[in-house]
Amino acid sequence: MLASEGLPPQKEVVEEVQAAEEGEVDPKAKKKEEEKPRENGLLETDYAKRGFHLDVQVNPDQVVRSAEILDSEGMTMEMVTGVDWLKDGQFEIVYDYSFTGGELFRVVVRCRVDREKPDVPTISEVFGGANWHERETWELFGINFVGHPQLERFLLPDDCDYYPLRKDFKL
Amino acid sequence: MTLLAQSQLQETFELNIGPQHPATHGVLRVKVIMDGEYIVKAEPVLGYIHRMHEKMGENRTWNQFWPNLGRLDYLSAIAYNHGYAGLLERAMGIEVPERAEYIRVITVELNRLQSHLLWFGAFILDLGGFTPLMYAFDEREQILDLLESVTGSRLTYCYFRFGGVYNDVDDDFITGTRAFIKRLRPQIPMYHDLVTKNVILMERLVDIGHISADMCRKYGATGPVLRGSGVNFDIRKNEPYSVYPELDFDVPVYHECDSMARYMVRMDEMEQSMRIIEQALDKMPDGPVKAEKAPKILKPPKGDYHFAVEAARGTFSMRTVSDATNTSYRMRLRSPTYSNLSLFEEASRGMLLSDALAFMGSLDLVIPEMDR
Repeated sequence: MLASEGLPPQKEVVEEVQAAEEGEVDPKAKKKEEEKPRENGLLETDYAKRGFHLDVQVNPDQVVRSAEILDSEGMTMEMVTGVDWLKDGQFEIVYDYSFTGGELFRVVVRCRVDREKPDVPTISEVFGGANWHERETWELFGINFVGHPQLERFLLPDDCDYYPLRKDFKL
Repeated sequence: MTLLAQSQLQETFELNIGPQHPATHGVLRVKVIMDGEYIVKAEPVLGYIHRMHEKMGENRTWNQFWPNLGRLDYLSAIAYNHGYAGLLERAMGIEVPERAEYIRVITVELNRLQSHLLWFGAFILDLGGFTPLMYAFDEREQILDLLESVTGSRLTYCYFRFGGVYNDVDDDFITGTRAFIKRLRPQIPMYHDLVTKNVILMERLVDIGHISADMCRKYGATGPVLRGSGVNFDIRKNEPYSVYPELDFDVPVYHECDSMARYMVRMDEMEQSMRIIEQALDKMPDGPVKAEKAPKILKPPKGDYHFAVEAARGTFSMRTVSDATNTSYRMRLRSPTYSNLSLFEEASRGMLLSDALAFMGSLDLVIPEMDR
């Protein structure tokens, strides 16, 4: 329902649409597929299984545009976070959006950046609340949010020189 | 802002509130730039009790992470238990017995009641009224005793398990809860008589701390803060989980967007929590309190999972990335007051310092939950 309404300019964000239903795929084939990072695209997910309705993967330069589209649809930015895929040499930045104006609808936007050069544009211009979330992600992962107004130490002490949520950070 | 513009001298100075300050209710520091008595910029500084729960989530097995959930929001810890239980039950497809779901709802709502009671007492104490704190703590003590009898702890609950709860409730708990509801119900109008129409309170809260619905949306504010801005949004209604759809309750919404609206939302929520508890006690069936088939060693299938619950302060959601091992690959905890406080800088601009502290109280901050 909202899938068609919520993202009208789908083609701008999404290059190819994978309408693959989860669970239909043969588990062995799925395993092979997951060994390499996912291709960009839009995926309708099973809400009962996953907890969100739409899963979109975009290029880093499309992140701001996707935030603007979801903002114009009246959606809320719920959280921004990162995942360190050490094996792939990549960071994944995950944006969770939800619709609070009526029946709940959740959209996940994700993008991947190179671990050596983790630059992604900030969406704090669009959603003020992303400011703290991005600052925290920068601090814990070392992902550089280009254009962020205040990339300073937040939760950790001012003098620490490590990124604790990276997978190569050993306890 | 108009008052600021009138100030001719434009002389500002920096004021430091906290990290040890009674008004912040914990180790929160606020760096304020002041122009006389007016705030030019107030920047919250976090992290004084940061414990890196998210990294602990990656290093402990799924079951070992349980105690961490009680140490985030120490006032509504059972709701956090519910979030974690729901997340893994969704990932693993575990069916929860109906009695366990009812026990969960009863304990979560009792926990919400005691959280709001403590907030009520402490908030009025911030504004200079000492007596309500005594009344609120008297009632709260009863709830802590009830919860202690089933969960074994008074504050840092670790009561839920994947597929149910740790311990069945006994008859003493059920009769005790009914008696307590009977006792608390006439107290709420008494609180209103004692506090709500008090002219000093009205002066401090009405039309102070304006947060528009759009500002809530941009910052991701949820819970009573959002409902005090006229948005009818409650995870229990909009994204139903557990047995909430079978229970009849209202979501209090106020459209004034000020501190008073947020105060009223919480006061009305106490009534609704009592309604929920009464209905749940009536409807609770007999049966097991733990799924028999729940596996001891959990290995959720690969992928992302998300689960949200309505905690006392707003939407608490968890997101985990599983790599099909017995630990999480990535555990993300989204705490409500983190987002609620992030709008403080914008909303407090041009406010009197004393009003800003009342405004901060109306956001109902719990610091360990923000710092995680």
